[in-house]
Amino acid sequence: MGDTSDIVIKAENLGKKYTIGHQTERGRYIALRDVLMQNARNLWHKTKDLIQAKPIIPGNEQEEVWALKDVSFEIRRGEVVGIIGRNGAGKTTLLKILSRITEPSAGRVTIKGRVASLLEVGTGFHPELTGRENIYLNGAILGMTRTEIKRKFDEIVAFAEVEKFLDTPVKRYSSGMYVRLAFAVAAHLEPEILLVDEVLAVGDIAFQKKCLGKMEGVAEEGRTVIFVSHNMGAIRKLCRSAIWLDDSRIVKKGATLEVTKEYEASQTKCFDNFSYAIERNSEDINNLSFYFSRVKILNTKGELSVAFKYAEKLVLIVDLAGELMGGVYSAEFYIHNDLDQLVSVGASGPYHGKYFSKDVTKLKIEIGPLYITSGKYRISLSLMAGSRIDTWENAIAFTITECQPYATSWEIPTYREGVCVLQHCFCEME
Amino acid sequence: MQEQVLIIEPGRTEKNYWADLWRYRELFLILAWRDISVRYKQTIIGVAWAILRPFLTMVVFTIIFGRVAKLPSDGDAPYALMVFAAMLPWSLFSLALSEASNSLITNVNLVSKVYFPRMIVPIATIVTAFVDFLVSFVILLGLMTYYQFAPGWNMLLLPLFILMALLASLGPGLWITALNVKYRDFRYVIPFVVQFGLYISPVGFSSNVIPEKWRLLYSLNPMVGVIDGFRWCILGSESPIYWPGFTLTLAIVAFFLWLGITRFRKMEKTFADLI
Repeated sequence: MGDTSDIVIKAENLGKKYTIGHQTERGRYIALRDVLMQNARNLWHKTKDLIQAKPIIPGNEQEEVWALKDVSFEIRRGEVVGIIGRNGAGKTTLLKILSRITEPSAGRVTIKGRVASLLEVGTGFHPELTGRENIYLNGAILGMTRTEIKRKFDEIVAFAEVEKFLDTPVKRYSSGMYVRLAFAVAAHLEPEILLVDEVLAVGDIAFQKKCLGKMEGVAEEGRTVIFVSHNMGAIRKLCRSAIWLDDSRIVKKGATLEVTKEYEASQTKCFDNFSYAIERNSEDINNLSFYFSRVKILNTKGELSVAFKYAEKLVLIVDLAGELMGGVYSAEFYIHNDLDQLVSVGASGPYHGKYFSKDVTKLKIEIGPLYITSGKYRISLSLMAGSRIDTWENAIAFTITECQPYATSWEIPTYREGVCVLQHCFCEME
Repeated sequence: MQEQVLIIEPGRTEKNYWADLWRYRELFLILAWRDISVRYKQTIIGVAWAILRPFLTMVVFTIIFGRVAKLPSDGDAPYALMVFAAMLPWSLFSLALSEASNSLITNVNLVSKVYFPRMIVPIATIVTAFVDFLVSFVILLGLMTYYQFAPGWNMLLLPLFILMALLASLGPGLWITALNVKYRDFRYVIPFVVQFGLYISPVGFSSNVIPEKWRLLYSLNPMVGVIDGFRWCILGSESPIYWPGFTLTLAIVAFFLWLGITRFRKMEKTFADLI
């Protein structure tokens, strides 16, 4: 055991419980008297709760749901810890408890040092205010003092590359500029402990690299960072250790490589069922405000299909539901093969500068030609709006068949011959 | 090295809540500044709204209550001046109350994404109402010059009554904004209360027209005391204060303030879960 004075965050049996109300179905024949009595009783209970300042739960049946249960860990000074897990595993809840946004229902956390949390970029940005004004506003919201912001002002502006537009209201900014400015403020926070939720993956690729670089810098300065992400690459790059949460509990904690490998392995088991149209599991949607609700997979002729030939195109029709708080969103897809390798990524915002307004709730994603080898592939979908607001892992799967680009009589399979087919030729030289 | 140690536990109320509120004063100032600078953006006449609204209401009230209904003014004071002396605290109160009541739900993204003592948000909006008040104060000075009405020493006590108007709106404002987080019903209640209150408070008429035996009951409305106080400061001896009623008003303001603060603090921790 090391020196305990080095421990900056200590969580003991941490738990967070939500009470959810259900409306049980009523019988078909009920006397009017019963209904009136029931309503009167409900009204009485509600009024009582209101006066006693207790939260009121709708419905007549209540269920307790633990978003986090028995979570214990210790984090030492200067450690960079990654938190991984599916949607709804409790990652964000954990960060919210650590940053004091919400109160735990059980357990206890002891934190030494100044904490800053970054649950999304651009929190509190006001569209009517100028870039300059928003830097001060956002800085204050994230916990910087006025003098601190003044001191770093030029650095922030240079990092965001928005010098020319400092006195323009941010509502006139392009979404790229907006995100850059927002991240620049956050990147110049200097707390002893930094909590980051899935915010690195905003902006274009060049800017993302810059952000990752900045994060590495933060870690090298000996500050403690807790970092939530779906991006295993970033986690492996930045973090020495990782915590894997699933179903509100810690499944495994330890060295990053080990934990991420095991996590990824567990992700492949949902591979066997192919389906043309998939409705999102309601458990998965829990707590999400704007999310993917269903996905269909089709060929270019518009027929439902999960089997594609080599070099064909596939089309995803994606439905979104819920309400986006504001602004615009960008959609992304990730394709993994059955060896769990990331095959390809597409992202509307960073790649194409395409951001959708919140009224757009149906998207068509065309992927291909699929120059990939025969095998099984799965597609994950993800939504970004300031921060990553939804990731639907393994949303749908497809197979590639007849990968015979060279008129061979056999197919080229992934497991033996790699993922993609590169055009090539062999010639004799004299 | 001295380091702050923070313990997070269920039901743990921070001992230094008020100190924390002070520590976040910069955020408070910047939120108030944001609300003020955003308030009249994208309007044509901008800040003139703060003058126009109370002024027009005053004109209408002077005509209806003063000319048509022929209600008496306080002593020799011009009717328009008497109405405006009440219009000022009333618009301060109603604006502060409605802004504070909606403050948490208009700042959803802040509440669900960062920590700070939540009370900052409703209090910061009250600053906006105060700035509007200062602007419309100019009309009062204009009216006094027009009627050549010189204020007495009572005027020096006006800040006390301004504070009272602010506290009167803060108490219910805190309670309602906390309830608003879960029940958006209260969003509809406030415009109604404000509209209704304008007529049951002595804005368009002097509270001296209320029969003596009903005056104590009438003072249950906390704005009665505040408005009487304002008139006393501005119109001087023309408008004497009814002391039993005024004491009752003070007690009611204090009660609502206590209620608002305790309810707010009790519900504060669950805001992020509910909003």
